[in-house]
Amino acid sequence: MDLKAPEQELSRFRARVAVAGAFVLICFGLIVARFVYLQVIRYDYYSTRAEENRISLLPIVPNRGLIMDRNGLVLARNYSAYTLEITPSKVRNLEDTIDDLSELIDIQPKDRKRFKKLLEESKNFESLPIRTRLSDAEVARFIAQRYRFPGVDIKARLFRQYPFGEFASHALGYIGRINQAEMAKIEDDDDLAANYRGTEHIGKIGLEQSYEKELHGVTGFEQVEVDASGRAVRSLARTPPVPGNNLQLTIDADLQRIAEEAFGNRRGSLVAIEPGTGGVLALVSTPRFDPNLFVDGITPDNWDVLNNSLDKPMVNRALNGAYPPGSTFKPFMALAALETGKRAATTVIADPGYFVFGNNTFRDDKAGGHGMVDMVKSIVVSCDTYYYSLANDMGIDLIANFMGKLGLGSRTGIDIEGESVGVLPSPAWKKKRFKKPEQQKWYAGETISIGIGQGYNAYTPIQLAHATATLAAGGVMFKPHIVKYVIDAQSGAKRMIEPTPIANLGFKPEHLDVIRKAMVGVTTGGTGARAFAGAKYEVAGKTGTAQVFSLKGSKYHEGAVNERMRDHALFIAYAPADKPKIALVVLVENGGFGAATAAPIARQVLDYYLLGIKPKGAVEDDSGAEGDTGD
Amino acid sequence: MIDIRGLAWRVIRPIDPALLAIIAGILGFAYIVMMSASPDRMSSHLTNIIVSLLVMWLVATQEPQKLQNIAVPLYVVGFLLLVAVALFGDVSKGARRWLNIGVARIQPSELMKIAMPLMLAWYFQKREGVLKVRDFFVAIFILMLPVALIAKQPDLGTAILVLGAGFFVIFFAGLSWWLIVPAGVLGAVAVAGVIMYQSQICAPEVQWPGLHDYQKHRVCTLLDPSSDPRGKGFHTIQSTIAVGSGGMIGKGWRNGTQTHLDFLPERHTDFVLAVVSEEFGLAGVLLLLVLYCLLIGRGLLIANSAPTLFARLLGGSITMIFFTYVFVNMGMVSGILPVVGVPLPMVSYGGTALLTLCFGVGILMSIKHQRRRVPR
Repeated sequence: MDLKAPEQELSRFRARVAVAGAFVLICFGLIVARFVYLQVIRYDYYSTRAEENRISLLPIVPNRGLIMDRNGLVLARNYSAYTLEITPSKVRNLEDTIDDLSELIDIQPKDRKRFKKLLEESKNFESLPIRTRLSDAEVARFIAQRYRFPGVDIKARLFRQYPFGEFASHALGYIGRINQAEMAKIEDDDDLAANYRGTEHIGKIGLEQSYEKELHGVTGFEQVEVDASGRAVRSLARTPPVPGNNLQLTIDADLQRIAEEAFGNRRGSLVAIEPGTGGVLALVSTPRFDPNLFVDGITPDNWDVLNNSLDKPMVNRALNGAYPPGSTFKPFMALAALETGKRAATTVIADPGYFVFGNNTFRDDKAGGHGMVDMVKSIVVSCDTYYYSLANDMGIDLIANFMGKLGLGSRTGIDIEGESVGVLPSPAWKKKRFKKPEQQKWYAGETISIGIGQGYNAYTPIQLAHATATLAAGGVMFKPHIVKYVIDAQSGAKRMIEPTPIANLGFKPEHLDVIRKAMVGVTTGGTGARAFAGAKYEVAGKTGTAQVFSLKGSKYHEGAVNERMRDHALFIAYAPADKPKIALVVLVENGGFGAATAAPIARQVLDYYLLGIKPKGAVEDDSGAEGDTGD
Repeated sequence: MIDIRGLAWRVIRPIDPALLAIIAGILGFAYIVMMSASPDRMSSHLTNIIVSLLVMWLVATQEPQKLQNIAVPLYVVGFLLLVAVALFGDVSKGARRWLNIGVARIQPSELMKIAMPLMLAWYFQKREGVLKVRDFFVAIFILMLPVALIAKQPDLGTAILVLGAGFFVIFFAGLSWWLIVPAGVLGAVAVAGVIMYQSQICAPEVQWPGLHDYQKHRVCTLLDPSSDPRGKGFHTIQSTIAVGSGGMIGKGWRNGTQTHLDFLPERHTDFVLAVVSEEFGLAGVLLLLVLYCLLIGRGLLIANSAPTLFARLLGGSITMIFFTYVFVNMGMVSGILPVVGVPLPMVSYGGTALLTLCFGVGILMSIKHQRRRVPR
């Protein structure tokens, strides 16, 4: 054995120690380089990342504005309640979680169904309500067990509520959860997107939709420090939200209620307008619906009921139902005759009970005719023959031109979206409407039935009410509107929606006098006399009956025809006749004679509005048809 | 009077003032950091420190010869316990690391951190003067057997530490460069390969031979933390953010947002360095590194002048254990090494690791003390 071996070993060990020392320094040098890179070179980047981690901008959703009637009665309001919400992306098994939750909190199958529907429409990271309006006991029970349910939370939220349920539902509309299409639209606009961060609901129809901008308010923001689990630890800065503006309507809630109740179970519409301002006093469409059902997402069952009903409660008949005006068209025809000089008020025609045009015979309702008829009588007794010949004398272009100026067949511009156009028949319209050349041609014979408000004529109740109000205001047209004031919720400052005159049609006062006289005659001695018997004010009115179903010459028997094939009953009126405060149209679908079903509804509304008389219970009068002549 | 003086002398003499000063510096700084990272644990942290320092002193008073005597039994017992763990161990967090011995649960792999260098140093001491190439293979076998058992638990962090401790004994004993260099090159090539073909080998269906799924996951997450930002990548991402946002001098004591808003995982244990980095910045990291350099330098110096081969090898490898700890932990926190669960020595909270490390420092002091006593 080499004696020098231990010495050799020792020097080798020392060399190795030197190598190890150098290795340590190199490795630590690497570490230092890495820390210098992170902490000096990339400091700005990581510093920003840390701030992003720590600071979160939480939106503070503003309170939605209230909607009130013209006297300040609140028709749409907010209330605070607890909801149980699930963030699907944070939950492993949604079904199991809901099953477990249902042991603590009452979760009905309908809640599950609604949740499923919301889930399909939403993005994954949103939190969605499984139950709303929790009781205090339920809140307490959940909080005790919260640790078991990651991704499930209780939130205090403001809910929209329509305290009177179905009342004025078509005017108010409703809000609902923002769907993907609406979200896409919001996100197109950066300002809008910022203002809707945190907002879950948006106006879907009615005033809630058209005044969304006013009602929503400005979203506030809170800068908070959050921990890793996203819980806010402390507030750093706060920009308070600006609550949405309140709306005060032109609608009179009492008038609206009386009008709605007057319809009973009938389908139809009533629109009452203040002549000279265009303010809508009542806007009724029956059947109604409960807007409260929509606020948190309607359940599929409820939706099916509303959507599949033959009565179509979701259709706003006042704005979207287009009906032939029937005989309510006659006063406008008469005014057109006077204004265009096509026939003088004093001109008398002989009515044999029919009008012959070419090979066709157009019948009057009254067999044998009304005898000698002048303009006033033609309206009072609703003589068809008079208007057959008048339409023939005027020609379609003159008629279309005059009615178009009155706003028939075009949108009135009322402050609710989605208004229908209706049909103002004219050769130009026909050309656009049909494809085949032989259908596009206007036949002179078609003009004849236009004269009595039949044929292609189809107008919405709001258009008829608008035209009636224009008549009442002596030819000055005001844009119809439902909102009277936009009120700043904080300062209470009121901004009035000014009456907007659209046009002054410049009708001659003596012409208007003729029409007024004739229409007063309707309610005093004509087709509407029965409904207005004993009225303590003067009403200018006109009954109307619109054919739903062409009878091809055979005589119409109300009882023999299927209920839904019956004629629509109409009534237009303004009152008091000399100084009108209200103009209205009543339409009762399949109501039969206008004098029998529509005029009594108008009577109740006018009695209340002009005299303050409330009806004693619902008045049903089906027997009055026999006494009426014409129509 | 003289008696008391003599007694004091006997108590104080084994303690190396330089080493004591260095670890006092590390422990003191760690104490301040812990007051920010986990103020609730201060009393138990203090207890751990006191107990560990007592053990250090106790070990320092012993002669290295005694350690040499217990080397083989300690290794055998440690090995048997590891086998027992593999057979009857308790499973916690998906790993079988603990052995329930009735009164307490013990983690035998911790024992190996000391037993391994003791055993190998004993072996080379025994073969002193008659060392053959064959002996290195025997040593590697002695080393790899427990390492394999620990890695299998799985506990990659401890396996790396035990492997490092054993490797440095063999290295100091004179393992041929002909073996070290090719192995090093092979390792470097493997690492480079993994980085270059990351997307292929990290595909979910690919199985890595000999490694667990979670270990593969850790490596893959390290290569691309953004692939799993909420899961395994969260540690690395948040720790890197904490480090980077600390800047040169940090956000100030107890002002770390990553630390105090719970973004930082394991902030009092394996990721305590991220707290140091965030609150004390690069300055804090450099301070710690300097202290570790001094500790390692002092340890190597003691080993260098140790009188026996056993003491040299033992002192050198125990010193290098500190290096392995520091390098792996700092690499892990700064995102250049996978998250393998290695604490920062003497800074991270945890009694067992602190005890083991102080035991090691005690051995260094004992070797230093012996040098003065035993004339050569």
